[in-house]
Amino acid sequence: MEWINAIVQGILLGGLYALFAAGLSLMFGVMRFVNLAHGDFIVAGAFGALLLFERLGLHPLLTLVIVLPVMAVFGYVGQRLVLNRVVGRDILPSILVTFGFSVILQNLMLEQFSADSQRLSAGALDTASFAIGTLSIGAVPLLMFGAAVAVLGGLNWFFGHTNTGRLLRATSDDGEIIGLMGADRRHLFAVATAIASAVVAIAGVLMAVKTNFDPSAGPIRLLFAFEAVIIGGLGSLWGTLVGGIILGVAQGIGAQIDPGLQILAGHIVFLIILVVRPQGLFPKQKG
Amino acid sequence: MTDLLKIDGLDAFYGDFQALFRIDFKMAEAETVALVGANGAGKSTFLKCLTGLLGTRGQSVVYRGTNIAGLPSFQIARQGIAMSPEGRRLFPSLSVRENLMLGANVGRKGQWDLAAVQALFPILEEKRDIPATLLSGGQQQMVAIGRALMSNPALLLLDEVSLGLAPVIVRDIYAALPDIRAGGTAVLLVEQDISMALQVSERMYCFQEGHVSLSGASAEMTRDMISAAYFGRDKEVT
Ligand SMILES: Nc1ncnc2c1ncn2[C@@H]1O[C@H](COP(=O)(O)OP(=O)(O)OP(=O)(O)O)[C@@H](O)[C@H]1O
Ligand SMILES: [Mg+2]
Repeated sequence: MEWINAIVQGILLGGLYALFAAGLSLMFGVMRFVNLAHGDFIVAGAFGALLLFERLGLHPLLTLVIVLPVMAVFGYVGQRLVLNRVVGRDILPSILVTFGFSVILQNLMLEQFSADSQRLSAGALDTASFAIGTLSIGAVPLLMFGAAVAVLGGLNWFFGHTNTGRLLRATSDDGEIIGLMGADRRHLFAVATAIASAVVAIAGVLMAVKTNFDPSAGPIRLLFAFEAVIIGGLGSLWGTLVGGIILGVAQGIGAQIDPGLQILAGHIVFLIILVVRPQGLFPKQKG
Repeated sequence: MTDLLKIDGLDAFYGDFQALFRIDFKMAEAETVALVGANGAGKSTFLKCLTGLLGTRGQSVVYRGTNIAGLPSFQIARQGIAMSPEGRRLFPSLSVRENLMLGANVGRKGQWDLAAVQALFPILEEKRDIPATLLSGGQQQMVAIGRALMSNPALLLLDEVSLGLAPVIVRDIYAALPDIRAGGTAVLLVEQDISMALQVSERMYCFQEGHVSLSGASAEMTRDMISAAYFGRDKEVT
């Protein structure tokens, strides 16, 4: 039973990892851009929620009403003003710039919030749970998982059924000629970053409710996001969810064997998949 | 006739490498012009300059009376220059229909919409939900032309639409040309098959190593003139 419980918790945690990963995957897919500050932006979202909770007394989940649009706008503007200057054939400039962002962001958060570990309490929701047989499923993990499915489903619909979604997929295929379709690539890049940032906001706020975080919590989130993306296969949103779930379950089983093994077990499964199937489980179809 | 396009002394570069040298070029509204030349002569480069895919800042590319040199490609597309690019460049993760719909994103109204393009190339309706790059070469070429038409261009650029296709398929594709021109769309076509190029065009240009080596009315061109313009006057014509 303990094992089943560990697996179920791992699956639910996988939802959060999928949310970590979706933004990263989206930005890489559309503009071949690796955002090394991705994890730090997630943590910034968490601190944003904390700030609004403390100053305005908003319910932690309600802080999204503000955190999400603020981060989306920040993403759009940041892409137009800064990141669009470094996207291009050479990936190195973007890595250097976002690495710089990562350092700056961590230091700003340290300055503002100290190095103390924080947690956001969602009140009664924290401890609420449902019993299924002898399994006990927490409301927060369930909410996380539901949010992940909803977000990925929403993105999938958006990419499949809207003109902007089509343009973003086309940009991912062959961005050089997207101008022939009358579309401004710089704008599309910024839209992709805005969407990724909105997902980051959701991930950050949920993370704040789920676990402890501090200003240096970003890089490990980035690593989880990377692992989920690689396991799932670049360019597939549902693959990202599967990747997150595999990572979460591996960690859950690892922790069940020995609490110290949790993170390591995730890395090991990631490495095995990288060796056995480097293209990931659901690679993007190339025609 | 008023000029649709007037280009004076256009140079083009890839980094330090100069691909085009002082190209003078003119097209009238609704005219069909062929552009021929050997491999590497600069034909595709010229089309990339017209569509803004290659920078032309500070030069003179006058389209319908305004200089579009240096404008980003999306703005040029919105002003009515569309291209079926070399190698077709369809979007593999999009279906045939979705590829066509993207052409309409340019946002110009006119006779061409999804129904009209599917009437022009009926096979595209049948295959509409298939990923575009899974089609046969000829069908892919139809998608590329259809996608360009969806923007209702005033000037349509066709870069080697017959490349690698069987003669019957090429005939099918060229059979669409009269319908395309009927709406008043000017066509600039790059073509390896010289007799085909001369047959469908009113005027022609020949490029050689980045220079205009010959231009004039297609009906007045002889094989010898073209051979000389193709390979250089000082070289043997066979
Ligand atoms: N992206 C590029 N970078 C550098 N040089 C290029 C590039 N594209 C083309 N060239 C060079 O520019 C010159 C003109 O090439 P272009 O593709 O315009 O020729 P073309 O007339 O279209 O030839 P083809 O009939 O083979 O399509 C060639 O010497 C080619 O090697
Ligand atoms: Mg060419």
